[in-house]
Parts: sequence; structure tokens; C-alpha cells
Amino acid sequence: MEIDLSVNIGKLKLCNPIVLASGTVGYGEEVANFLDLSKIGAIITKSISLKPRRGNSPQRIVETSSGMLNAIGLANVGLDEFVKTKIPILEKLNSNVICNIAASSIEEYVECTKALNEFEIIKAFEINVSCPNVKEGGLIFGNDLTAVGKITSEIRVATNKTIIIKLSPNNSNIAEFAKVVKQEGGDAVSAINTLIGTAFDIYTKKPILKNITGGLSGPAIKPVALAKVLEISRSVDIPIIGLGGIMNWKDVVEFMIVGASAVQIGTVNFINPFAAYEIIDGLIKYCKNNSIINISQLTGTYQI
Amino acid sequence: MNKIIIENSIIESNDKLTESIYLLKVHSPIIASKIKPGQFCNVKVSDTDYPLLRRPFSICDVENHLIVFLYQVVGVGTEILAQKMEGEVLSILGPLGNGFNFDDDFETAIIIGGGIGVAPFPFLIRNITNKKIVSYIGFRNKNEIVDYGLTNCKYATDDGSFGLKGTCIDLFKSENTILNSKTKIFACGPNPMLKSLIEYCSDKNLNCEVSLESAMACGFGICQGCVVESKEDDEYKLVCKDGPVFKFNEIKL
Ligand SMILES: Cc1cc2nc3c(=O)[nH]c(=O)nc-3n(C[C@H](O)[C@H](O)[C@H](O)COP(=O)(O)OP(=O)(O)OC[C@H]3O[C@@H](n4cnc5c(N)ncnc54)[C@H](O)[C@@H]3O)c2cc1C
Ligand SMILES: Cc1cc2nc3c(=O)[nH]c(=O)nc-3n(C[C@H](O)[C@H](O)[C@H](O)COP(=O)(O)O)c2cc1C
Repeated sequence: MEIDLSVNIGKLKLCNPIVLASGTVGYGEEVANFLDLSKIGAIITKSISLKPRRGNSPQRIVETSSGMLNAIGLANVGLDEFVKTKIPILEKLNSNVICNIAASSIEEYVECTKALNEFEIIKAFEINVSCPNVKEGGLIFGNDLTAVGKITSEIRVATNKTIIIKLSPNNSNIAEFAKVVKQEGGDAVSAINTLIGTAFDIYTKKPILKNITGGLSGPAIKPVALAKVLEISRSVDIPIIGLGGIMNWKDVVEFMIVGASAVQIGTVNFINPFAAYEIIDGLIKYCKNNSIINISQLTGTYQI
Repeated sequence: MNKIIIENSIIESNDKLTESIYLLKVHSPIIASKIKPGQFCNVKVSDTDYPLLRRPFSICDVENHLIVFLYQVVGVGTEILAQKMEGEVLSILGPLGNGFNFDDDFETAIIIGGGIGVAPFPFLIRNITNKKIVSYIGFRNKNEIVDYGLTNCKYATDDGSFGLKGTCIDLFKSENTILNSKTKIFACGPNPMLKSLIEYCSDKNLNCEVSLESAMACGFGICQGCVVESKEDDEYKLVCKDGPVFKFNEIKL
């Protein structure tokens, strides 16, 4: 039996539902040396902002129970350098590239989108309105329904490519945000970005991260992510890319059952940079054993 | 750049050398054939999600198909590692980072190791041929001293229970070693120790490389967690990918 793993996100067709999450594959070149990216659904580049960002002071990372906190602070090379040095490399990688944009104003989102729109290699934009680790922008937008609507509609004017809005779990009504994205012409949402968390040293009584708080990722957040994906899928008809704590193919199946059309894997890439391959193999076996010919049939098949 | 691989490696031995320091040998033929002194591996100490991240350890030595690590138990991950028995399997990711440069023109290699900072040097020493080597090593007390695989050692202890009372830097400065343009220093240890060494080397215009540690998630340049300030500009360097070995005048501690 030939299994079809391909899925569609808006106009974007992926050869399988596995996407490498922003911030966990650099700009592609860093992993291309040991991964054949053509075998993976898509990669999402590290958030790009208009100007380069140095990021937060160290310590930037701390491990917590079955998870990790990061406060990288959107360190990135900035739009100009990305266009000059990273895009030519991405063009050689034979990969589906989704470009993630972060900004501190609506104008900045639009400016970045416009500047990147002409590049054939960029198949879709993922708009980060939910980074918890920067003072300005980021989460301020992610918690503001009107702002998310405005960002979506203005970016819609700037590009015909697939627009994915990456939603924050750090609010209580994620479905409302997904609704607004759909209304304003967004093609899909990805859920979830990291959850705000912190950790303290009990002897010095100081926060372990210099930024005090960070974004929690990894298996610790999977139940939250699943609930958010389910919440969206039960109330809004929009493609969802599910993520948060995926470690293996079983987690992927679970995300698809609650409503995800595709998934992203993040933290697991740090532990097992070959996880995407193993997950794809696992999905093929699962489909075979359960007589699923097109994996897209799995999306939203929850029995509640 | 070297291609990283994951090798599921059978433990040959995991021996306790002191109250807190262990010597681990595992079968990793591919990594063993590729890894260079000063590089490191990222070790998964459990098959479960806890602890989640791999733990970085310097390559201590290579014996044919075996790679050797010298590690100190400091927390949950290394505690689990210390329980591992011969025959068990560890997932090892490597080789990672850039190692020491020891092909350049020097006559005397000075090794400076603070505590578990001695770990990368046996493999370096094995690879330095036809040169004079002196090792200055410092520990908290006599019971914690580990000089596995080192040559020509001079000792310091914080409490004075063995060798000089003080740090390995105090020891290095106190000995009237001939320091000149034909001397090269290789150092590893806690950041405050390396910081004082870097200042000393700047003053005396000495050739020195230091191996740094930092909290990190991936170990191969993606997560951007392990940054250290660059001396040349306002940018950050990554300990895992640009290091862990740096020229003393490349970084600000
Ligand atoms: C390149 C490199 C080489 C190393 N080589 C050796 C070696 O040869 N032998 C050895 O004993 N140790 C070495 N270390 C340190 C070793 O990785 C840590 O001691 C170990 O990860 C601690 O794990 P744990 O779970 O026992 O401790 P925990 O304290 O429970 O670990 C908690 C977290 O702290 C992180 N962490 C590790 N090191 C640091 C640090 N310096 N500053 C802040 N956070 C840190 C860990 O990654 C982990 O996520 C090296 C570290 C690096 C970066
Ligand atoms: C070190 C690190 C850096 C990240 N950087 C970004 C980023 O630049 N932009 C972004 O949208 N998300 C970023 N994320 C969030 C991930 O893309 C993902 O949403 C989150 O980690 C949850 O998925 P996971 O549990 O599979 O890691 C980052 C996550 C980590 C751990």
C-alpha cells in the first residue's frame, strides 16, 4: 500500500506534515550538512526582524522538568543580511522554506514581508506575534486581538503567498485569535509558541535566566499545546500547524487527531537532530497499520 | 565543518576515581576516528524525557574504538550517568565544536586545569609530539585531585592539603617557568580562573587558548543559547560552534 503523507496548508503543499520550527534550525544551512531537507515537509527560518538583533545577555537557557526555558531574545542577522547571505544559501537547499518574521510595529511586519515577497524560494510567511522574550513587540501583539487582525490584513495586502500566524498560548482565548486571522485573510495558524516561565536559584535567590523569564518548550508543554489546537479546531475552520513538545511520531498523530493539518518540531531537534526522519518513518508505519492512505485524513478525527 | 552523528555506544567501563569524579569509556568507533583534542560530545544520560537535554562533555581521550570522558557529578544528569554500568548503551552526539590548535610553532606546552577542567588534556597531550609539556593543575583538596593522563604535573589545592595552597593560576604564576614566544598555554576551568589567566596573558603577551563551558541546549550552533562576548566587536560568539576552544584575545569573560 502506497501511503500519501502530503498535506496542504493554504496554497502550500508539503511532502509530509513535518515542519522544522523557527529557532530550532537556524537559517537551514546549519542543519543541511547532516539532514536532507528535501525529505522534510518544510523548514521555518529563525525569526527575522528589520534590524539585526544581538539577543539577550546570557544565561539564555535553562533546563526544567521535561522542558527547557529559553530567553534568546530573537537574536538574528536582520533583514538585509538575511537577503544578502542567507537567501542564496536557502536557494541551494532544495527545501520548502517558510520565512518567520518578528517585528515591533505593524509597519515593520509589512516592510519585511514586502522585501522578502519577491524571493521565489520563500514559499510562505510565518508571522511571529508571540515571542515572549523581547520587551517591545512580540507578545504585546500576541495578546491584542485588534493588533493581530490588523497585522494579518496588512500583510495580506503585501503578499499572495501563504500567511501563517503563529499564536501565543499566553492568553485565554486562542480560538478568538484564530477567528480574526481567518477573517482578515490569513491562510493558517500555528499553535503554540512557548509558554512564559521562570526558574530561580534557591541559594542566591536570583533568576537563572538573565532576562528573568523565558519561553518554556519541550514535552512539558505538550498537553497545553494539544488543548489549544483542539480549542481552535472545534471553533474555527482554518488549517492549524500544531506544535509544542513533540518528541516522536505518536505525538504527531495525537496533534493531527485534535485538529492539526501539519506539525512543527522544535526542541526535539536539539536532542535528536535526526528526529524528523524517525518521525516520518513512524508515521508511515502507523498509516499502514491503520489503513490510512492519505495522512491528511487523520486531521480532526477526534471522537469526543 | 565535521558532520555530526549519533552513535549508540556500549559502555566499556564507568569507574569512580574520586568522591565525585568518574572515568567513562564507551565504544564509539566512528566518533573515535574523527574527534580532535578539545572537541566535545553531547551525551543523553536517560532514554526518557527527564533529563531532557543532552549533557556536553569534552573528549578526554581516545583509545582505539573507545572514547573516554572524565566527568564530575554536579547535578541530576551526571548523577544518572554515574549509575551507568558496563554493557549499557548511551546515545552520543558528536564530534562537536572546534578543538585546540597544536600544530603551530611552539616548544613548550603549558597545560592549566582547574578541577574537572583537566578533562580535555589527556587527548591533547597524547597528540602533542616532540615538545616539552608542563601541567599545572588545581583542586579543592587532596582527595579531589585527578591527574589521569597528564604529564609532568605540578599541584595546587585550595586548602593547601597537597602542593601549593592556592589555585592552579597562582601555581603557574609562582613557578618561574620560562615564558616566551615559543610557549603555548592551554587552559580549562571555571570562568573566574580563565578570566584571570586571560588578563595575565594579555599583560605578558603570551599565546594562550582556553576551553569554555556554558549552558547549552543543542551543542551544534542552532539554539543560540551558549553565547560569550566577542572581544573584537559587539557580537556574541557561540561556545558550542565557534568554541569551545578560543584564543584568549577573542573573547571577553
Ligand atoms: C563544551 C563543554 C565541555 C564540558 N566538558 C566537561 C567534562 O569533560 N567533564 C565534566 O564533568 N563536565 C563538563 N562540562 C560541564 C557539564 O556539561 C555539566 O557539568 C553537566 O551538563 C551538568 O549536568 P547535570 O545534569 O549533572 O547538572 P545540572 O546542574 O542538573 O544541569 C542543569 C543544567 O545546567 C546546564 N549547565 C551545564 N553546564 C553549565 C554551566 N557551565 N553553566 C550553567 N549551566 C550549565 C546543563 O546543560 C543542564 O541543562 C562541559 C560543558 C561544556 C559546555
Ligand atoms: C531556543 C529556541 C529558540 C526559538 N526561537 C524562535 C524564534 O525565533 N521564532 C519563533 O517564532 N519561535 C521560536 N521558538 C519557539 C519554537 O519555534 C516553538 O514554538 C516552541 O519551542 C514549541 O515547540 P517545541 O516544544 O517543539 O520546541 C524558539 C524555541 C526555542 C527552544
